[in-house]
Amino acid sequence: MSATTIGSQAPSKNLQVAAALGRSRKRADATVRLLGLIATLIGLFFLASILFTLFYRGFAALNGTVFTEVTKPPGSNGGLLNPIVGSLIQTFLGTAIGTPIGLLVGTYLAEYAQGSRLGGLVRFVSDILLSAPSILIGLFVYSALVVPFGGFSGWAGCVALAILVIPIVVRTTEDMLSLLPNTLRESVIALGAPKWKMIVTVCWRAAISGIVTGILLAIARVAGETAPLLFTSLGNLNWSVNLSQPMSSLPVTIYNYAGSAFQDWIALAWAGALIITLGVLGLNIVARGLLRGGK
Amino acid sequence: MSQATATLAAAPARQSPGSTGDAVFAFACRAAGVLVLVLLGAIIVSLFIGGWQAFSAFGAGFLTSTDWDPVQEVFGAGVSVYGTIVTAVLAMLVAVPFAFGIAFWLTELAPDWLRRPVGTAIELLAAVPSIIYGMWGFFIIAPVMADPIQPFIIDTIGELPYIGALFQGPPFGTGLFTAALILAIMVLPFIAAVMRDVFLTVPPVYKESAYGLGCTTWEVMKGVVIPYTRVSVVGGIMLGLGRALGETMAVTFVIGNANRISTSLFGGGNTIASVVALEFPEAGAGSLKLSSLLALGFILFVLSFIVLAASRFMLRSRLKG
Repeated sequence: MSATTIGSQAPSKNLQVAAALGRSRKRADATVRLLGLIATLIGLFFLASILFTLFYRGFAALNGTVFTEVTKPPGSNGGLLNPIVGSLIQTFLGTAIGTPIGLLVGTYLAEYAQGSRLGGLVRFVSDILLSAPSILIGLFVYSALVVPFGGFSGWAGCVALAILVIPIVVRTTEDMLSLLPNTLRESVIALGAPKWKMIVTVCWRAAISGIVTGILLAIARVAGETAPLLFTSLGNLNWSVNLSQPMSSLPVTIYNYAGSAFQDWIALAWAGALIITLGVLGLNIVARGLLRGGK
Repeated sequence: MSQATATLAAAPARQSPGSTGDAVFAFACRAAGVLVLVLLGAIIVSLFIGGWQAFSAFGAGFLTSTDWDPVQEVFGAGVSVYGTIVTAVLAMLVAVPFAFGIAFWLTELAPDWLRRPVGTAIELLAAVPSIIYGMWGFFIIAPVMADPIQPFIIDTIGELPYIGALFQGPPFGTGLFTAALILAIMVLPFIAAVMRDVFLTVPPVYKESAYGLGCTTWEVMKGVVIPYTRVSVVGGIMLGLGRALGETMAVTFVIGNANRISTSLFGGGNTIASVVALEFPEAGAGSLKLSSLLALGFILFVLSFIVLAASRFMLRSRLKG
């Protein structure tokens, strides 16, 4: 290769020029390293700031009545019992509906649809749904379930959350199943087992930690979702566990309370925000630990 | 010989013990896959049908009209489409350099024992629910913006000849600029995580050979890692953009909810998602307003579909081996 192709930074015969070039290259390197460090520190600073704010304001408002009292008008010492229970019910049912579907789709993609056109399309659509704005899922369930069935309901909220759960479970299930070695599958088939038995008793079992991770991440994601619930389960200021009625949920209550003008409601919103964030981040950490342990 | 052929021919008639189960299970898996396709189709169709009343009432002008008058029942998507695009693009301008810095630090500079904890912390930032970002932005960031930051920018950059107009007006603390900032913080971990993952796919041999020639870390990044991963990096940025376009709760808290296009970035505005969330409770079933909101949802869906599809195609080759 001729010297001209190396470009302007070709080694110079002149020692002074060479030394100056070396210095400027080192300076550029040091500058960018510093900028990278600063960017990382700023990212961590934001996380710390959010957590600090939540702990500072959330703990101040967190007391026994938050967990024992239902939501009440401002000034009457209410709590967050019905939003907490409502969120638990809807998150649980949403996950329970979405997980089997997501598991089957992930299995289809990993075990049946390699190289097939339909499989490619399903994978693409599932990835789009994974990142699609959740408010649109809410609007869809509103048009598809709330309007035809004549009113906001806990069930509609569960379905909206289930739609959000599906693509997350699909992604992790497919990823985990594709990591399994083919020799594992071949040895099961060689024993004469039908394919469905191979998948259910061997592949799913071998990938169980990854699949459970996906489910936990899905729970963590939908537990904090607000926008889809605004149009489906709406929220309910009274105690209600009837799924065919509007149902309260923690994120929607936080949204309504934080935007209000009453100090005690805002304090309750912080308490709720702390509860939900601790839950979501806790689930994330558990899921990560599980994945690492499983590998 | 003839007997052997006979047995072979007879063999398929005998059912193998798992074949019914196999057929059922394969059908269930395939049906679930098709359900996902149907779901996406149903979302598009239901938003379009819901918005049809608005589309037919206002025609193509709906997309650009800046009217939003619930009393006269005249609605247009102009203001919220403008707000959506401005906040999302501004958020990307802020987030991309930071995300790149974080990915660079995590893959090339960080000591080994720090990589995992810092990487996890950045990923946890992505797991924080968006409503928390909204509250944090409204109660913590907006006051800081209103007092030292925005007046300072108005007094300095706001005085400049051309771009000054973007940074003028009363410092409310909320508005397009603050919304973009919160969005930037929200999408930062998504982009950083994708960039880190694609940077890690560069074969070490390429980097080592550059180091062997005497390149500095930054030169290896600039000359080897970035050219190798360029398409995927853009895919990661598009993924972040797709998130920023449709983010609802964080924006709703700090956007200032104004149905007009303000020349200043400090002015209030609206995004499609925020206007849907804020105006929905006041839109009666079957009203033209509700239909307009669904039509906005359809526009948002088309926007994010294009962006996310582009991101998918760019990322597919690299991250899915």
